[in-house]
Amino acid sequence: MPSVADIFRAPEYGPAPESPAPAVDWLEAHHRTFGHFIGGSWTRPPSPDEPENRSGNESEGGTDGGFETRNPATGELLARVTQGTQAHVAAAVAAAEAALPAWQALGGHGRARVLYALARGIQKHSRLFAVLESVDNGKPIRESRDLDIPLVARHFHHHAGWAALVEEEFPHREPHGVVGQIIPWNFPLLMLAWKVAPALACGNTVVLKPAEYTPLTALCFADLCREAGVPPGVVNIVTGDGRTGAAVAAHPGIGKVAFTGSTEVGRILRRETAGTGKALTLELGGKSPFLVYDDADLDSVVEGVVDAIWFNQGEVCCAGSRILVQESVAERLVSKLRARMETLRLGDPLDKGVDMGAVVHQVQLDRIRELVARGREEGARVWQPSWAGDGNRATGGGNGDGGTADGDEGDRGAFFPPTLCTDVEPAGTLAQVEIFGPVVVLMTFRTHEESVALANNTRYGLAASVWTENVNLALDVAPRLEAGTVWINCTNVFDAASGFGGVRESGFGREGGREGLLAYLRPRGRSDTEMAAEAAAHNPATGVRTSPALGIPPEPGSSTAPGSGDAHSPLAEPVPPTGYGDDVNPALDRTPKLYIGRKQTRPDGGTSLGVVAAEGGALLGVVGRGNRKDIRNAVEAARKAFPGWSGATAHLRAQILHFLAENLAARSTEFETRLREQAGLEPGAAAREGSLSVERLFTWGAWADKVDGRVHATPFRNVTLAMVEPVGILGIAAPDSHPLLGLVSAVAPAMALGNTVVVVPSQTFPLSATDLYQVLDTSDIPAGVVNLVTGLRSELVPVLADHDGVDAVWSFGGAAEAREVELRSVGNLKRTWAPVAGGAEPPVHWSRPCRAQDERFIEHATRVKNIWVPYGA
Amino acid sequence: MALLDSPPTVSPAQPDRSRPVDTHAPARNPGIPLKLEWVRSLQVNRSAVERRAGSLTARRSVKKEWQAAWLLRAITLMDLTTLSGDDTASNVRRLCAKARTPVRPDLLQALGADQLPIRTAAVCVYHRWVPTAVDALQGSGIPVAAVSTGFPHGLSPFPQRLAEIEASVAAGAQEIDIVITRAHVLGGDWEALYDEVRRFREASGEAHLKAILATGELSTLTNVARASLVAMMAGADFVKTSTGKESVNAVLPVGLVMARTIRGYLERTGHEVGFKPAGGIRSAKEALAWMILMKEELGNRWLDPHLFRFGASSLLADIERQLEHQATGRYSAHHRHPMA
Repeated sequence: MPSVADIFRAPEYGPAPESPAPAVDWLEAHHRTFGHFIGGSWTRPPSPDEPENRSGNESEGGTDGGFETRNPATGELLARVTQGTQAHVAAAVAAAEAALPAWQALGGHGRARVLYALARGIQKHSRLFAVLESVDNGKPIRESRDLDIPLVARHFHHHAGWAALVEEEFPHREPHGVVGQIIPWNFPLLMLAWKVAPALACGNTVVLKPAEYTPLTALCFADLCREAGVPPGVVNIVTGDGRTGAAVAAHPGIGKVAFTGSTEVGRILRRETAGTGKALTLELGGKSPFLVYDDADLDSVVEGVVDAIWFNQGEVCCAGSRILVQESVAERLVSKLRARMETLRLGDPLDKGVDMGAVVHQVQLDRIRELVARGREEGARVWQPSWAGDGNRATGGGNGDGGTADGDEGDRGAFFPPTLCTDVEPAGTLAQVEIFGPVVVLMTFRTHEESVALANNTRYGLAASVWTENVNLALDVAPRLEAGTVWINCTNVFDAASGFGGVRESGFGREGGREGLLAYLRPRGRSDTEMAAEAAAHNPATGVRTSPALGIPPEPGSSTAPGSGDAHSPLAEPVPPTGYGDDVNPALDRTPKLYIGRKQTRPDGGTSLGVVAAEGGALLGVVGRGNRKDIRNAVEAARKAFPGWSGATAHLRAQILHFLAENLAARSTEFETRLREQAGLEPGAAAREGSLSVERLFTWGAWADKVDGRVHATPFRNVTLAMVEPVGILGIAAPDSHPLLGLVSAVAPAMALGNTVVVVPSQTFPLSATDLYQVLDTSDIPAGVVNLVTGLRSELVPVLADHDGVDAVWSFGGAAEAREVELRSVGNLKRTWAPVAGGAEPPVHWSRPCRAQDERFIEHATRVKNIWVPYGA
Repeated sequence: MALLDSPPTVSPAQPDRSRPVDTHAPARNPGIPLKLEWVRSLQVNRSAVERRAGSLTARRSVKKEWQAAWLLRAITLMDLTTLSGDDTASNVRRLCAKARTPVRPDLLQALGADQLPIRTAAVCVYHRWVPTAVDALQGSGIPVAAVSTGFPHGLSPFPQRLAEIEASVAAGAQEIDIVITRAHVLGGDWEALYDEVRRFREASGEAHLKAILATGELSTLTNVARASLVAMMAGADFVKTSTGKESVNAVLPVGLVMARTIRGYLERTGHEVGFKPAGGIRSAKEALAWMILMKEELGNRWLDPHLFRFGASSLLADIERQLEHQATGRYSAHHRHPMA
């Protein structure tokens, strides 16, 4: 050890170790073996004498050897935990179900007390949690102590508040029941808090599976639950690997699945839960852009990069991993970043002077190395601090000015140095792939337009960071970025009062803030009696004819498929005498085509479908039979229209909806006649559907400029703007039952809130949709805002659900279609809304609109972007 | 009585030449012509700076031997200061004695630091007490710094301010702490600020010039950065935060901005400029925070009195107590250390 005199002459940092004692004591108290936490008690822990259960074999009794969790900085064995089986998960769900009635009966205030006790408990044991997190995950104690744990306490405290308010703030919603939660290893306890706190506040009970690499703080939290008086069964913790997570997601007793983790696993969960009626939120990966404009405070930008990518070893889903810098300042920024890397300190996570600790696991370290190696091969210049040696085997300590105090972690632990990659093009692996390590790429842009284009040139959309001193530029760029969170002149700032979550393949749903509560509340269902009454009101005995009688078979490929030249060919029946037909002249042919980009276009396939009258089976007309290319064209038209429509003022959109109502009303007789002929509605019912459609347009014209955002009360000097944005391109599979009203009721909110839509109208009664073309034309609706593709829903809806350029699909076509849509949404992880009877939320009641239902449309037609704008001169 | 009866004069006391020449003393900052476009391009984001300043010192920790060594070093970076209306020759002499022997020798011995040159970097007084201090520090090698140019407001007639510098230099001051005209900064009159500091620098001659920006009165951090840069362009050897008389004195975000501006000036001109936070730095912990800031932002050269000073009057007393704690393991008390 150097003497005082030595240090005086060369003032370096000494070791500043945090004692691991609190974590060690807690682990020893549990004999370093852990069962699951189910129903308020521990299950039998794995026996250390048994081999690890890595085989994949289910061991229902849970008496196998479990698996190990190790300190990634040292390789030291920390504990042995249980591999959760289906039986364990079932027991946990049963405990959660059993706890539900009493937990809900406790009421908001009672739940608030419990959450408050958890917040206080986290604070009381903050050192234990911080140290345990650092030894299990490898993150620096400074971060677990100063960021993770305080945010955990803040989250429980904030949601203790929501528990008290939620029932009256969300009168139309109710808890899901038992919620299954699966969390990642990068912020183990913080992600637990993000999941558990809002779920409990809303009156759910939970079964949570922590990550395989980092189960310990969740298990410690289980101890805290007992201490804080959380009723048994309200919180259940089941440890294990992906198989355990799959079992949680698959269990029929789970009403909602919430997941944070990789996009790959998110896809699996989407597929597994498709058609089950389970609600799902996913918070997935990212490749978040970090935009630097020429007027930015570059020294602050450098610290921003440190916080963006060298925070938590870069194992941050929203890490700013793509620096996009304006050309004129790129060189200076690179040189500043290189200088800054030199003073970062890598080493023992329990040293209070260390900036970067260990990567969570050797597997992750290997992945980072492999990706960086590939980047080098592709021509990237890889910059690492001089103390990193050969770069891939940084041991710390080699840096006289900034290295670590203890030089030998690298021999045993999983360490990777801070890394900056230049000479990377957007096509490069490093620019595309989420590395989940301390590796950032830097690319340049020429113009503001190009910066936005490059920023959005990714399949992800979790977060973005914008650095400029020009408020006009910042607030111009922020809304145009595809991201759930935009940080202006800051990065990786979080708070319980602000929502966090992604768009595109970064997932859907928000955590935190008012918007985050929606993930743990579902629309209140109506009683079966009400449902029956609703059905009766719309379907009198003389009402809707089923589709086979209308000349369109329900499924293609059957022997009676249209266009196959059989008896159902549209040419088989005479055209009824309309269109000024008389004794001399045949009726003038009127053939509705598809409506794409404000043009009536012939279906690509050149085939049509006949529509027959409800009464008597006369052929009322034919409609185009759209195919996948028509859908493609319609989506392109909608994409083209989106910037203009979403950028138009809400006032303009309101005016257009009112104008549309006006024009529809002017032709009410025509539409009513069509409803009567086509669907066989009684005159009264047809008139009601027509007038309700007009009313819906008025209602959404009203909402258009009244769905306000918020400013969240986050505890920093900033405004956190929760901005409401349109989802984007919506595919809407309109209901069959209400040919006009169903279509209008779905399209109007989507339009009102700035989306552009591709609609598959009612298959059985498409003429009410095709009749709308002229009404749309006369209502000043810009080209591409509304596109209608008639045809067979089984042919068209899957194409919409598959389409990577569609941001969300709404399906109102029943359970089979709902499942299909959810299954196919995995490609780009688009949002879906497919309410079906018996699902997580009640079906839409088209003829009985109400405020509660409007809220559901608003939720699904919008997304919340949180824009953090710190201020101060 | 005798002390009070001998009014200080401008009588030329010889500057102390006995101080050993420090071989790694940096070249003085010669200044450069005013570059307005550079000045105006500086932008500081307050929130980001505050965030960095807030986390920076929490990210580093010096404990035990390291803390003792760093605190001893802090003493050698100190401009031990008295700037009170009731200063007299007696307390100035007492201060100078403390500057020579800032720590009890037995403590230094206990810490194994008795061979180290532990004394303060300078003693800082009003012009009137320069001769007293020069006399009291005779043979110690410790320079005397004089606050000057209408300190603390800097609003006396310009010729008088120049004369004041010349008088202090003539009285033996080797360092001149000038104050700038805040109106030049608030009005964006960078030419006027440049000219002012340039003239002060000329008047100082061989004495080193520290430009006090009175950052607490400059309204914005961007102004702090721009004023720092202009002062450096005009040839200031040090930029200094405060007079100690403003309502807000040395705070870390301001220090961070000034350190970064020094770095930017170094990068573009190759000239090293010193930094002196002053006012309100009272605890050993705060001193360590400032040193960590300098080490992180500018490197170890800025942990040397040639490039870094604390302006402080009561800081030393706290450092002495911390050193005793390190030496004995017991918490110390003020009365156990000779007062300044």
